[in-house]
Amino acid sequence: MCVCVASKNLPERVKIVEVGPRDGLQNEKTIVPAETKIHLIDMLSDSGLPVIEATSFVSPKWVPQMADQVEVMKGISRKPGVSYPVLTPNLKGFQAAVKAGATEVAIFGAASELFSKKNINCSVDESLQRFEEVMKAAKEANVPVRGYVSCVLGCPYEGKVAPGKVAHVAKRLYSMGCYEISLGDTIGVGTPGGMTEMLEAVSREVPVSALAVHCHDTYGQALANILIALQMGISVVDSSVAGLGGCPYAQGASGNVATEDVVYMMHGLGIHTGVDLSKLMDAGAFICRSLNRKTNSKVAQATCKL
Amino acid sequence: MGNIPTTVKHCLSYEQLIRDYPWLKRLLLEEKSIAAHEYPEFVKVVEVGPRDGLQNEKEIVPTGVKIQLIDMLSGTGLPVIEATSFVSSKWVPQMADHTDVLKGIQRAPHVQYPVLTPNMHGFQDAVAAGATEVAVFGSASETFSRKNINCSIEESMLRFEEVISAAKEHQIPVRGYVSCALGCPHEGYIEPSKVAEVAKRLYEMGCYEVSLGDTIGVGTPGSMAKMLRSVMEDVPSSALAVHCHDTYGQALANILIALQMGVCVVDSAVAGLGGCPYAQGSSGNVSTEDVLYMLHGMGIETGVDLAKVIEVGDFICNALCRKTNSRVAQARGRTSGHALL
Repeated sequence: MCVCVASKNLPERVKIVEVGPRDGLQNEKTIVPAETKIHLIDMLSDSGLPVIEATSFVSPKWVPQMADQVEVMKGISRKPGVSYPVLTPNLKGFQAAVKAGATEVAIFGAASELFSKKNINCSVDESLQRFEEVMKAAKEANVPVRGYVSCVLGCPYEGKVAPGKVAHVAKRLYSMGCYEISLGDTIGVGTPGGMTEMLEAVSREVPVSALAVHCHDTYGQALANILIALQMGISVVDSSVAGLGGCPYAQGASGNVATEDVVYMMHGLGIHTGVDLSKLMDAGAFICRSLNRKTNSKVAQATCKL
Repeated sequence: MGNIPTTVKHCLSYEQLIRDYPWLKRLLLEEKSIAAHEYPEFVKVVEVGPRDGLQNEKEIVPTGVKIQLIDMLSGTGLPVIEATSFVSSKWVPQMADHTDVLKGIQRAPHVQYPVLTPNMHGFQDAVAAGATEVAVFGSASETFSRKNINCSIEESMLRFEEVISAAKEHQIPVRGYVSCALGCPHEGYIEPSKVAEVAKRLYEMGCYEVSLGDTIGVGTPGSMAKMLRSVMEDVPSSALAVHCHDTYGQALANILIALQMGVCVVDSAVAGLGGCPYAQGSSGNVSTEDVLYMLHGMGIETGVDLAKVIEVGDFICNALCRKTNSRVAQARGRTSGHALL
């Protein structure tokens, strides 16, 4: 058995995309006041995170947590050099987002037909057609668009998802003009084996430099999956402060991987993130107090008691 | 392109080559994946829940429960289950019933039940109680050694030499542990060369396997790789195991790196039993369930039935009135049944 040099092939820098204020809070039961969201985002801006997903311009009927989208967008103190993308599921959402001052947006595709139907009530192809409108408008407005692919390592309805299908959707989003594609293990079932297979398929269609991984920690596999992704050339990782956001498909189980734990691993590997871990933990402590819940971050649990 | 001399072709840019030969890119990518990591086909999972796990639980667990725990674990396919510890009950009250436990368990064929034996006294008691495998614990940190077992590393090695010598006479295999392999609660950073020195000593004294423990869970894949490279200069990878604590959530990533480097023995504790005594309220041992989930998902055989381990985890957590530390158990316990495995 050959002894691999672990640090070989790892990126020097990794961009952390903080999804706590959107993906995280969206999956929390407690409705958080706009002020708290704004303060959270401001604290995250202060920690050195380069990208913070601020909110979502979906109908409040579907996602009540994001009803204060305009107030949040207008209320945050934007730090120079930091991006604040927002979700825009359709043209209406896009227009509202731009009006509220958004300078980057994100769209969501699924690698599973059933998930697409159940989640947004249309097929994968139909959803991509809707997004064409958003892409067109975004191009005209000079607004960069990030694409997400969900269920890349498994679907709560379909079970296994073919890597080829993930590659197909990723390629579509990339060719439509998304500057980056975030590959989401939506139910956290993936392991390093599946991650490798999936990334191999996707990287044949989309350059690795345009890919990100969005791992859920529902089965504790997130950091191992992220490590494998880094070894395969990925240098953008999504995570959520304090591991906010449970898994809606496995009640009580964890969801997003905690940013603190990701940053701890990166720094331990000598990878530059630009993030100040202790400021990040302050932000995590703040939002957990506001939500009256314990952190899902092991680093936060360990260090607060030493 | 076919008529152009090779030398000229070599001067052309990669981009141009890809444009002219689109199939070439696919070949190159395939080569990249062939050079990707090799993993062992089989990983031996060493279950330390009944000893290392329970030792760090506050509640004193009745002997009957310990025995039932071990018997249930014996039915899961786990090949090694660390049953108890022959330390003085003054130091580790949880292990006071060591003799009763060892005598009370139903030993499954093909399963090993090592017990900790810190000194000759403990070894003799262990043998009298029927032990057929023992373990000794060294440390890579002087301060930790002094604070934990009240003697220097060198003094502890002399004690272990006695034990190993006696074990040889009884034909009892001995497993060695090195604690603080990736960091010490007192000294902080630990030099990989120190870990290598202690591991080599234990191996050369006669330990058939040396388990390298990230006692406070501070390690990351970078420090794990560095430490393993150093240790593997003197101890073959086939004689190494990793014992990762999940206090900072790094355990599975650390285990993954170790597997990539040729280690094929992993220690873990059912339900992630055992908190970290140095970071109160934090998690300690990595959960056997989460380790198995990863290994099986990677196509690595372990011989262990994950569903049965989850049941055992449920049992011991009920007995301890505590929640599991295993994410897999948490997810499985509440899912509507969509899991792929």
